[in-house]
Amino acid sequence: MTLLHWATISPFLLAIFIPLLYKYFRKIHTGWFVLILPLVLFIYYLNYLPVTRDGGTVMEYVPWVPSLGINIDLYVDGLSLLFALLITGIGVLVVLYSIYYLADKKERLNNFYVYLLLFMGAMLGVVLSDNLIVLYVFWEATSISSALLISYWFHREKSIYGAQKSMFITVFGGLSMLGGFSLIYVMTGTFSIREIIANVDLVTASSLFIPAMLLVLLGAFTKSAQFPFHIWLPDAMEAPTPVSAYLHSATMVKAGIYLVARVTPIFGGGAAWFWIITLAGLTTLIWGSLQAVRQKDLKSILAFSTVSQLGMIMSLLGAGSAAYYFNDGDNLLYTTAILAAVFHLINHATFKGSLFMAAGIVDHQTGTRDIRKLGGLMTFMPITATISLFGLAAMAGIPPLNGFLSKELFFTGMVQASQYGIFNLDTWGMFLPIIAWIASIFTFLYCAIIFFKTFRGKLQLEKLNVSKVREAPFGMLISPIILITLVIVFGLFPNILAYSIIDPAMQSILPGILSVGERFEVNITHWHGFNLELWMTLGVFLIGILLYRTMNRWSKLGFYRSEQDIFNYVYDQGYDGLIKGSQVITRAQITGRLRDYFVYMCVFMVLLIFYTMFKYDGFMLSTDNLSPIEPYMWLVLIAFVASIVAVPFINNRMTAIIVTGAAGYLVAIMFTIFRAPDLALTQLLIETVSVILFMLVFVHLPKLKKDKIKPSTKIVNLIVSVSVGVMMTLVSISAFAFGSETGFSSIREYFIENSKALAGGYNIVNVILVDFRGLDTMLEILVLAIAALGVISFIKLRLKEGEDV
Amino acid sequence: MRKSPANNMMLQTAMRYITIIVFAFSFYLFFAGHNSPGGGFIGGLMTASAFLILYLAFDKKIMKKVIPFDFTVLIGIGLLFGVGTGIASMLFDYPFLTQFFDYFPIPFFGDVELTTALSFDLGVYLVVVGAAMSIILVIAGDDE
Repeated sequence: MTLLHWATISPFLLAIFIPLLYKYFRKIHTGWFVLILPLVLFIYYLNYLPVTRDGGTVMEYVPWVPSLGINIDLYVDGLSLLFALLITGIGVLVVLYSIYYLADKKERLNNFYVYLLLFMGAMLGVVLSDNLIVLYVFWEATSISSALLISYWFHREKSIYGAQKSMFITVFGGLSMLGGFSLIYVMTGTFSIREIIANVDLVTASSLFIPAMLLVLLGAFTKSAQFPFHIWLPDAMEAPTPVSAYLHSATMVKAGIYLVARVTPIFGGGAAWFWIITLAGLTTLIWGSLQAVRQKDLKSILAFSTVSQLGMIMSLLGAGSAAYYFNDGDNLLYTTAILAAVFHLINHATFKGSLFMAAGIVDHQTGTRDIRKLGGLMTFMPITATISLFGLAAMAGIPPLNGFLSKELFFTGMVQASQYGIFNLDTWGMFLPIIAWIASIFTFLYCAIIFFKTFRGKLQLEKLNVSKVREAPFGMLISPIILITLVIVFGLFPNILAYSIIDPAMQSILPGILSVGERFEVNITHWHGFNLELWMTLGVFLIGILLYRTMNRWSKLGFYRSEQDIFNYVYDQGYDGLIKGSQVITRAQITGRLRDYFVYMCVFMVLLIFYTMFKYDGFMLSTDNLSPIEPYMWLVLIAFVASIVAVPFINNRMTAIIVTGAAGYLVAIMFTIFRAPDLALTQLLIETVSVILFMLVFVHLPKLKKDKIKPSTKIVNLIVSVSVGVMMTLVSISAFAFGSETGFSSIREYFIENSKALAGGYNIVNVILVDFRGLDTMLEILVLAIAALGVISFIKLRLKEGEDV
Repeated sequence: MRKSPANNMMLQTAMRYITIIVFAFSFYLFFAGHNSPGGGFIGGLMTASAFLILYLAFDKKIMKKVIPFDFTVLIGIGLLFGVGTGIASMLFDYPFLTQFFDYFPIPFFGDVELTTALSFDLGVYLVVVGAAMSIILVIAGDDE
């Protein structure tokens, strides 16, 4: 265990002590104890910056299950460090914010911080693991802790619904991803991402390439809420706002982005990867922004906006993967999309985190998040309004904030991608920038809606749940202020991150593109001349403003009124249908009638055996080795068959018992004929005893009812019983024929020769029972004893009325 | 087995003699098992039949006085005999349930073969008697 390992699992370790701290230091808000850890971790991970800036990486090995190739190997490079810094950095701010947000004494803070720390540790594990299985373990841990956090207020029905939904969808994706990882292991024989990238030829050449890719992508798409798996994210907004800010904007939803970036060197470079990711991203982008416009709840708008922004990052990663396709020296030109993706990833975490916190403040101070009830908060909450203004302006892409820069880069990336001239892009490529442009208009629109509906207009105090609106306490404002400062700083000086963070991250997404010692040219500027992107941005502003101005007209449309995403309907119907469907199947199958189960078993047996017999040509009839049949044997046989056939037609119990008994005595006679005196004696006695028993028991039963069975049931019974009989007959005839063919002699010769010599008895049957195979007999008397005790306890130990076990 | 009618002279007198014969036959079956048809299982069932006809002829109360023990005890004793025979052979470093036999001169009978299999068979015999009797008696006595 190295220091890096301890640092990664330290949130889990602290989580163990949270309940104790909560119990014994009630006076101090538990959040203060938690706050120290992400701060320390953030500083610790900052130490790796010089290493990755110079293109170096750190790998620490700890064996876990070495025999299976599963080891907790942690790997720090530009990409994982970027994520680790995001997780710990935003973690500090979120914990600080939550201390003031959840100040209420009634909150169960011990639960909250344990879940939050679990999540933080799991997330650090995801981004730092080099081993796919370890990554998967941490991945599922994020799903579980996220569901726990969403259902933090578990007495609310909607929280449980949201937690369940997110759990179903992300775990479905997680399991698919595990399948994809297993396929990768099949192809390469290792779980280590480093080694897989080193042996990437094995993957690209394999026929499992596409299935593995799709399965891994399913995991990434469900986690980062890509279309159509985005539906869990808006319902996850039932979580406390710090959770929404942390998990559902800055970290967990980016795990999918991280995964796609991480496996780009493995799968990237082909048309399939390019089109799947780009299209999924663009669809999510436009769908999310369209849905966000319709929402009336602040957090719902932000949720769909997150969906949309994640789609944007995803589409950039797809477009950037084309850089792998070009092997000549020009491929550096195609990396703009990756640059945009990394840059926007950072920017989105900053402004979306602050926006969620601002929304939380509005909710906390006014008691509602509904934009129809809010308005005019600007004068009462000036700081929150300022924070929101900058955050929203960054999201809408207004200069000089960082969102503007990443949006410009986004347009550049998409325009470039449309001109690659590969993967059929010359035909369809022009749609990429158009979709991106339309989605940006809607992004601008919902940003405007949030700001003007919440902070401008008239204060409607009568609709709020509070008597007086005032600014939030200062502690609650610290975190969003810090984030907004970052938004502005990154916006004004975009190049401070260029070579410390963005370039190393790009190098880990696109390894092997550069020769040793080279760097990506990261130069983000506000002004890059009169080009297409500039006109696109201007168009976004103009049409966005126009749409907002005319809102009074189109807000009466049905599109704006209903908030429900169509895929929610699909999910709910599918969920109900699954339950109803399985109930229907279960009811049809588990009837509770013994007769039905018996029919199932018989039919299954008959089909299986007939299938096997036909498939392997198992029928055989041999008349060799048959003994002659004496005439009196025919008599016994006919009597036996007659008594058996008669039983189903008898309507009186006593008669049925006697006829069954007659069949038993006939069996005893057969034993006599076939020279088995011991068996004959036993059969005679047992038959007598069981007939007496039957009579004793059946005296108490009511008379047999006149059968009211439907004719169809009777026919089924007949067919089933006849086929079972035919099957057994055929099997035994064939078995006899095959048995006499094999030529193995029976072991009976041994018993006949040695019965007297070894066991001192002439009765071979008895000698076998007590001497040669005495163990069987011993256990059979045990069976008899258990049966007797069972009967006794059934009859003597009956429960009286009202008694229960 | 309902209450027997008061006057059952013929039946009861006949049963006194028949029972002895059946008992004797069952013992014969039991001891003859090693060399002729018979053995613990058949002998046990036959003994159970002898008890049963006694129960048929006489009242249950009388039978309780005549047979003062519970038949379920026989099951336990029988199992002990069966397992005990097996374990005994292990004490002499032989595998479980190894059987031994030898011939001993006994006055009046001449050379008699004695075998440990007989004690095992006795276990079978006792379990069969105990199980058969307790099953039938408990079912028969159910309506009380």
